[in-house]
Amino acid sequence: MTRFASTSLAAAGLLAFLIFWEAMPRLGLINPAFLPPPSTIPPAFLKEIRIGVWWEAVAASLSHYIAGLAAGAGAGIALGLLVGMSHIAEAATAWIVRLLRPIPGLAWVPFAIIWFGVQPEAAVFIIAIGVFWIVFFATQGAVRSVDRDLIEVAQAFGFRSGWSRLTKIVLPAATPGILVGVRTALGQAWMAVVAAEIFGVHGVGARMMQASSLLSTDIVVVYMLTMAGLYGLFDTGFVALQGWLLRWRP
Amino acid sequence: MAEPVIDIRGLSLAYERDGHRNVILEGLDLAVGRGEFVVIVGESGVGKSTVLRVLIGLARPSSGTVRLDTRPGCRTPMALVFQDARLLPWRRVVANVAFGLEGSGLSRTQRIAKAREMLALVGLSDYADRWPHQLSGGQRQRVAIARALAVDPDVLLMDEPFSALDSLTREGLQDELQRIQGETGKTILFVTHDIDEAVTLADRVVVLAGSPGRVAADMAIDVTRPRRRRDGALLDAARQLRAELSGRSAEL
Repeated sequence: MTRFASTSLAAAGLLAFLIFWEAMPRLGLINPAFLPPPSTIPPAFLKEIRIGVWWEAVAASLSHYIAGLAAGAGAGIALGLLVGMSHIAEAATAWIVRLLRPIPGLAWVPFAIIWFGVQPEAAVFIIAIGVFWIVFFATQGAVRSVDRDLIEVAQAFGFRSGWSRLTKIVLPAATPGILVGVRTALGQAWMAVVAAEIFGVHGVGARMMQASSLLSTDIVVVYMLTMAGLYGLFDTGFVALQGWLLRWRP
Repeated sequence: MAEPVIDIRGLSLAYERDGHRNVILEGLDLAVGRGEFVVIVGESGVGKSTVLRVLIGLARPSSGTVRLDTRPGCRTPMALVFQDARLLPWRRVVANVAFGLEGSGLSRTQRIAKAREMLALVGLSDYADRWPHQLSGGQRQRVAIARALAVDPDVLLMDEPFSALDSLTREGLQDELQRIQGETGKTILFVTHDIDEAVTLADRVVVLAGSPGRVAADMAIDVTRPRRRRDGALLDAARQLRAELSGRSAEL
């Protein structure tokens, strides 16, 4: 199939989906309060922007997202490198990891609220936990599969300390694997944003819960699409960054 | 021989695995004079590479001594060129060549200048900003040679550096290496299993044979450089070495 044909088909598919979605409530098959037709979404979106709620909610969510992602990925990379490079650290943490790993990020919500209250920090904490495990395992795996031959090159040129092994060989060699983990975490973190905010921390998730309790489902859809858009934006940006960082690969 | 820059006495290397004691080298003596091009030749598994790995510090000998008589103030007595180039794929060619200079106290600009100088020496000036994967096998190996020369070692160790290349590239690099040695006057300790390569390159060929490996023959190749391949004297030397090697394996 040509590129043009597949693009047209994709557009036609989306159009058909929107028509079907529009028709269902309009023909009275579904209560419009349960499923708002797509034509009501742009006006709802403009209204949210006009009253200033959209910007505020998105800014709040983004700040949780970025802080949680940075904290979780930073800790995941640092500990992943340590455990990947040191057999002692690996052995010492093996059972701790086994104990904590299976606990879903959302199971930390009670503690997040007790420790931080219904505050941005609680959302950041929950996001960071989910991100941490993904990035930690990706980093540890990437470090383990670093080519031993390249480590020998560093040793042969006199770089024998753990630190120079890390900065000269292990970190650059493990970067592709680490970035794959971070990209997965990018998506995971969005889910955590909504989940964390549904408990009341100000942001997109909280605004959605508020709207749904008033049966303003058009506003709920506005924020669902907002999140899809923001995630798409971040993922595209990240893929571009990844491509630049890994431009040395064939 | 000129004053030895490397003097290996009674070098042995053995390791235990599954309760078996594997002896790779036993009682090896080898001296390399300053400016000399010494080639160690022998069958695979005889411990040729191990000698180089011990010298560069990648393997620990069980016993024996290695005495180095390096120039005063020499930071890196030896540098190793591996069989496969082992360039760091995330560094551009010039940064690969500068690798060993990091931590030498040179500024970044000085390191890059030195690396460019070495690239010119191996004829790859135009490739400084390429990534390793954009080079051919022969070019990669030249970069590896430039990387080793950049640290200005007293001795250049080379572990079958041309064995993975096609024969045309290999001969080209052999000529190149002789030219480089002529220009830099480096002491070179070169390992190969290829007898023709050994006689083409060497001032002195050391035959390693047996299990555990020890020096079975030590032969000077007194042919002036630049050498022509298929030179009668070189062919004679190769014939003699083959006899030496096959005689040895018949004995074993």
